[in-house]
Amino acid sequence: MDVMPKWAEVILVPLISLVLATIISALVILAIGEDPVAAVKLMITGALGSSYGWGYTLYYATNFMFTGLAVAIAFHARLFNIGGEGQAALGGLGVALACLYIPWPHWSVALVGAAIAAGLFGAAWATIPAWLQAKRGSHIVITTIMFNFIAASLLNYVLVNKMRPKGSMDPASARFPETVQLPTLHDMLAPVGIEFSKSAPANVSLLVAIAACVFLWFLIWRTRLGYEIRSFGSSESAARYAGMPPFKIIMVTMMISGALAGMMAINNVMGEAERLVLNSVEGAGFIGIAVALMGRSHPFGVFIAAILFGFLYQGGAELALWTAIPRELIVVIQALVILFTGALDNMVRMPLERIFLALRKKGA
Amino acid sequence: MDMYLTLIQLLDSTVRLATPLLLACLAGLYSERAGIFDIGLEGKMLAAAFFSAAIAAMTGSVWVGLAAGIAASLVLSAIHGIASITFRGNQLISGVAINFLAAGMTVLVAQAWFKQGGRTPSLIGKARFEPINLPFAEAMQDVPIIGPLYFELISGHSILVYMAFAAVPLTWWLLFRTRFGLRLRAVGENPAAVDTAGVSVVGLRFAAVGICGVLCGIAGAYLSTALQAGFVKDMAAGRGFIALAALIFAKWRPWHALYATLLFGLFGALETRPDVIESLIGMKVQGQLLSALPYVMTVIILAGFVGKAIPPRAGGEPYVKER
Repeated sequence: MDVMPKWAEVILVPLISLVLATIISALVILAIGEDPVAAVKLMITGALGSSYGWGYTLYYATNFMFTGLAVAIAFHARLFNIGGEGQAALGGLGVALACLYIPWPHWSVALVGAAIAAGLFGAAWATIPAWLQAKRGSHIVITTIMFNFIAASLLNYVLVNKMRPKGSMDPASARFPETVQLPTLHDMLAPVGIEFSKSAPANVSLLVAIAACVFLWFLIWRTRLGYEIRSFGSSESAARYAGMPPFKIIMVTMMISGALAGMMAINNVMGEAERLVLNSVEGAGFIGIAVALMGRSHPFGVFIAAILFGFLYQGGAELALWTAIPRELIVVIQALVILFTGALDNMVRMPLERIFLALRKKGA
Repeated sequence: MDMYLTLIQLLDSTVRLATPLLLACLAGLYSERAGIFDIGLEGKMLAAAFFSAAIAAMTGSVWVGLAAGIAASLVLSAIHGIASITFRGNQLISGVAINFLAAGMTVLVAQAWFKQGGRTPSLIGKARFEPINLPFAEAMQDVPIIGPLYFELISGHSILVYMAFAAVPLTWWLLFRTRFGLRLRAVGENPAAVDTAGVSVVGLRFAAVGICGVLCGIAGAYLSTALQAGFVKDMAAGRGFIALAALIFAKWRPWHALYATLLFGLFGALETRPDVIESLIGMKVQGQLLSALPYVMTVIILAGFVGKAIPPRAGGEPYVKER
């Protein structure tokens, strides 16, 4: 029997963790001699006050939805996929190869093709650590960390030595052809009569990300595979006893996870940069960890948390532009969110459980 | 003779690059032998690098800086300890949080204190660890073979380098020849047995995490006050993770940690001297391959194709006294 009612588990615990993270962030801003209230106001107007701000907020949120879902599905099988960064980088390589070397007739076909390429590359990069975990018992956290670094070296090599156009000094691929340009929110909303900023990078990938959230919810709670993944996560021995093969579950879960992380590339590589640059992921793979933890590994929670982090990212950029607070403030906030919602979860949970137990005794 | 000198120089920079790896690797060794996984080595080094450089720049004394670096690293260790020992949280998630906390806070504080875009002022004079010339180094310089070896390779490092190398036998002795070491290793294998014997699991684990913090602090201080003269953003540059790789490579043993970090240091040294490799093996090796090599080798070791790396059995598991 659960000690806490469901609403406390789902809403109260993450909310208190978030409040704690916010308080400490405010103290940090105070400590470096800035005004936290003014900072929050500036972040809100910068990120949500205009369709330009929203365009960036939603662009970042799209990245974080993909990487957040990637971490979340792995969490359900009690696997910690810390390699979203490398898988997303490989996904970028897949997108770049698909966009540069296949003559797509229309962006919609290209989007499907590029998404498949990104998913395949990301999944492939997650398969090796998954296989090593399932067959050889190597710890997946360590191997995925190692694979992040190997991916960085690989991309560096590919961009500098193979994909760089002749005569260019920049370690980046050639620009993608115009036919594969994805429509931005501006292009999509103009026909319905909504003015949306032209220069913001949010694009049709946002819809793909939302579809991925729905798909993952269906997968986890409405399919046999999802049931197996959850059973494996709550008790490996019970799942084994029930005849669910651990090898298959680990492999499939990690491949889905890697594919989701890789698919982030349709947003940042195909939708925004329109070419593959060095370090295109920019830490979004790691933010996925914070997003998944805050969203309690539920696709809807991930959706909300991704938008929150998109807001923090865009708001943080505005802060760096207008005040003396550097962009790294977001990294601190991100660390605090991971710390309170992830590692210090019991610190919030234990006193709450005690309160609810006491309440129940009084009621009985 | 020319070839010999090049080799000596190469080994000299190997030692320089291996030192922070070695210190961080030994730091991880204490922590993981006691059953606390630590992927926050990187963050602790980074925090220590910043605070030692910052305080050394302010006070003009590198020793005060070193103390500040160790203190900063210990604060992060304490967070890791509270999260993973006291509140039995996930040690890996806590480590991730610590890495980000350090990455963000160092730049934030650096900007607030020095306003130089996230760096500290350059350190000069007493604010830096200067190379130490061992006795007779100058005099022996002209002796063939041994002279350059002694002058270039063995002499002329900062005190932290010698401390790091001395820490290897010390760690071996502490872990394998003392009662404290036996208990520390036991708590990483079977904490329930240690508890039954009436020794505090929590106390031992906090001690291990504390030692880890001190060593990471020295490693970070070495980066910013000895290897370089000042802090720059993200200067740990993945060294904490290479140290983690070395720890697995060494299968959690002190002497092997020395060999592993020297090997990885050599890769780092070779990366800056592509001409040496070319003349040695007669073909060009991509720098990216060399930088990926420690990670690839670690994965191979982890996969158990070349000897199996078995971590301490209770690693990563919080200890619950009663069920």
